[in-house]
Amino acid sequence: MRYIPNSPDERTEMLRTVGLDSAEELFSSIPENLRLKGQLNIPAAISELELVAGFEGRAARNTASRRPSFLGAGAYQHYSPTIVDHLIQRSEFFTAYTPYQPEISQGTLQAIFEFQTLVCQLTGMDVANASMYDGSTGLAEAVLMAERITRRKKVAAAASVHPEYLEVANTYVQHYGIELEQLDFDQETGRLGAEALNKLDNQTAALVVQSPNFFGCIEDVKALADKAHAVGALLIVCVTEAISFGLLRSPGACGADIVVAEGQSFGIPLSFGGPYLGLFATREKYARQIPGRLVGEAFDKEGRRGFVLTLATREQHIRREKATSNICTNEGLIALAATIYLETMGRRGLQEVAEQCAQKAAHTARKISELEGFSLPFSAPRFNEFVVRAPIEAGELLKRLASEQNITGGLALSRFYQDRPNDFLVCVTETNTRAEIDALIDGLATLTK
Amino acid sequence: MSSTNITKVTSHPSQNEQLIFERSQHGRVGYKLPALDVDETPLDELVPQELRRDDDLEGVPEVSEVDVVRHFTRISTWNYSIDLGLYPLGSCTMKYNSRLNEKVARIGGYANLHPLASEEDSQGALELIYELQENLSEITGLAGVSLQPAAGAHGEMTGVMLIRAFIDARDGEGASAKRRTMLIPDSAHGTNPASANLSGFTVRTIKSTAEGLTDLDHLRELCAAGDVAGLMLTNPNTLGLFEKNIEEICRIVHEAGGLVYMDGANMNALVGVARPGDMGVDVIHLNLHKTFSTPHGGGGPGCGPCCCSKELEPFLPTPRVVKDGESFKLDFNRPQSIGRVKAFHGNFGMMVRALAYIQTHGAEGLREATEAAVVNARYIAHGLKEDYDKPFDAPPMHEVVFTDKRQSRKGVHTLDIAKRLIDYGFHPMTIYFPLIVQGAMLIEPTESVGRQELDQFIAAMRAIAHEAVEDPDTVINAPHTTRIGRLDEAAAARKPVLRWKPKEAASAA
Repeated sequence: MRYIPNSPDERTEMLRTVGLDSAEELFSSIPENLRLKGQLNIPAAISELELVAGFEGRAARNTASRRPSFLGAGAYQHYSPTIVDHLIQRSEFFTAYTPYQPEISQGTLQAIFEFQTLVCQLTGMDVANASMYDGSTGLAEAVLMAERITRRKKVAAAASVHPEYLEVANTYVQHYGIELEQLDFDQETGRLGAEALNKLDNQTAALVVQSPNFFGCIEDVKALADKAHAVGALLIVCVTEAISFGLLRSPGACGADIVVAEGQSFGIPLSFGGPYLGLFATREKYARQIPGRLVGEAFDKEGRRGFVLTLATREQHIRREKATSNICTNEGLIALAATIYLETMGRRGLQEVAEQCAQKAAHTARKISELEGFSLPFSAPRFNEFVVRAPIEAGELLKRLASEQNITGGLALSRFYQDRPNDFLVCVTETNTRAEIDALIDGLATLTK
Repeated sequence: MSSTNITKVTSHPSQNEQLIFERSQHGRVGYKLPALDVDETPLDELVPQELRRDDDLEGVPEVSEVDVVRHFTRISTWNYSIDLGLYPLGSCTMKYNSRLNEKVARIGGYANLHPLASEEDSQGALELIYELQENLSEITGLAGVSLQPAAGAHGEMTGVMLIRAFIDARDGEGASAKRRTMLIPDSAHGTNPASANLSGFTVRTIKSTAEGLTDLDHLRELCAAGDVAGLMLTNPNTLGLFEKNIEEICRIVHEAGGLVYMDGANMNALVGVARPGDMGVDVIHLNLHKTFSTPHGGGGPGCGPCCCSKELEPFLPTPRVVKDGESFKLDFNRPQSIGRVKAFHGNFGMMVRALAYIQTHGAEGLREATEAAVVNARYIAHGLKEDYDKPFDAPPMHEVVFTDKRQSRKGVHTLDIAKRLIDYGFHPMTIYFPLIVQGAMLIEPTESVGRQELDQFIAAMRAIAHEAVEDPDTVINAPHTTRIGRLDEAAAARKPVLRWKPKEAASAA
């Protein structure tokens, strides 16, 4: 095996050195009846050539990966500068461990410190951690954190939060005595309804809202923060399309207490759903309640600046069952990729990408709404996603659009909302060319003639 | 033993480099986008002004592409990495990360595949997930596999929730409410109690014996209380010892009505040699970023598959990837499932790499890796036994624990030994874990290291033991060769600075 430096002869000599005659004796502490008699039922080793051919073959059957696509809904196709993937493949980054030994981990630690700073700048918050697994688990941890801070057991979440995020939050809180209640959205605007907010009371730990929400509608976060704070609850803002930070008022500026976001849009490939990147930020006063790793500035005896993992007394390896979370491994390399992306795009690039997304989405939405039989059911301002109501069943329409026009037109909302058979969610980003947009519009027209 | 070549060059090849924010200059750019190719709408009509940013992204860096490349290349040289040498972190399994696995994970058909693509349009990815599930089922001897958990602790949480769901279904609500105790040995990883707590269990600690194994009498006593839902056991345990009474342990817990969860962090000692399912274990998580060589990436991403028995399978997270004739499907119809633990399908990119690892090794290579890893650990145990205190007699599996008992007499402690090891060119071992061993040094070489380098490591450790007697101050003040010295972590935690701020703002705060 080419990844094992010692040859069989060397291993035999080493066995002799430690006083053994055979490899089998290495496992003498395992009762004999528990040791495998033969080999695992796994095929024999294959070469690099065969392996690549096999993986290419499977990949070729992922036909969606080659088609112009308007699918978003929590995972987005964006431009990623070449240097992002190039730099994260440096051995020093991708084959390093968690930076527990700061003297020989300053590269990772400084990168995370920059990441935390960038997340604070984008979200408008004071403190950000070194990352969560993804947006969905970040949201679940935010709900648990709100319970720790307020000691209240009710959490009200907008029904327009990504449905899979709500499922994950439900899984996390099911044994925690937290009641997760859903608040209806307004059928006209697509925003959280004013009436639904009457359900907030002095038992509510947090109001959870996504903006732009699952339907692409931008919520009035400032007004929601006021409503939550009026009853002593926290406001948790969730963002699945992180590119929106380049254009929209930051949740921090609107009064959010905890911000969680999916950072995949920051240069991370779609990769069938992961690995992605959970961004997690909060107010300074809640820093000691935050889950996961934190990097902070520190100095050595000579006064030289460096960075260390800090406030570890919140974490499982010290606090065990009393820790703020069970998280250990996070998304280090993906956080590094996002940091490189954000620094390369920079202040102006983030603004330009966000504006291009909004412009292209607005253009596409307008063109679709002009088609015979199509309409846009929600009136709220939007960023780069919007719901379209088709004259026919959306699932069938999108299927034919894929097979006959070679376009992935979006997500049929019936997957999550059975009462919306004709609605589908369209996402437009800077990577969708005018030709693709025109083809989508022509395709929709042709198939509904 | 050769004592040449062990001393590292004394100056670390480092570059000075600021934070990117300190490099930023107004007007620099590092990107270019295509020109907007649709009619432009005035911004106020797109998004009303009160919903738009009002800070012009002040503080976000403005740098060129060259600035970014130099910045990250420079700071990367401050890191130790597997490609540089031995990374002997016990219970972390820092093995070689193949470039081939990186290459296949980046094939366009995977990298550009949207997680909500239809089943017909993602058959290759679903097949890959299914194949990996089958392989992991074979390796663990457990029937059900979910690849959804994103890391080890996440897989633990999933596994413990399966136990809870199973007991709730078996005993009914009233009776199961009385069964809320999770037993965890005192040598366990901190994630175990934290995950148990997240699933609503009360943790009770089982003692270890003087031999470093689970205390069966204490286990029986705790089980007699009648409220035990399960046991979370690492095997080999965190002392590197195989729990040879594993069958008896499982029997005691099962007879008391509980289930056995195994922390798979140490599976690198078992793959191809013995299977948890055959030992009586009901559920286990694996760390693809340990045993199956997906890169640690400076702290993630991981992937923490949860493997379980047939009885627990109905409770696995939804959806499951199943085979239906010649095609692959997502099965959402799982009424007993604990629910979803992560959006989409888990860390798919890590699954691609792990399957590539398995196929590159084949059945024979997987066993060979296990043997090589255990020989290497034995070789270190043998090489250091004259100079360091080894608290347990039993022969270790893939990792070995020593202590600073002898060195501490001269005021040299585990932390000092670890820091001094850096001067000799090695990453330190895991220190002060497991918690039950005072001054623990847990060493796991893995299979990815050759004999010469093991000899160098042993020589370095012996040299440090010698220094601890002859010249303790050199050890106590180590490292001497790094870009920065030991950092004042206590001060950092007292007044935490967790982000960069512009000079004016920082001094005003």
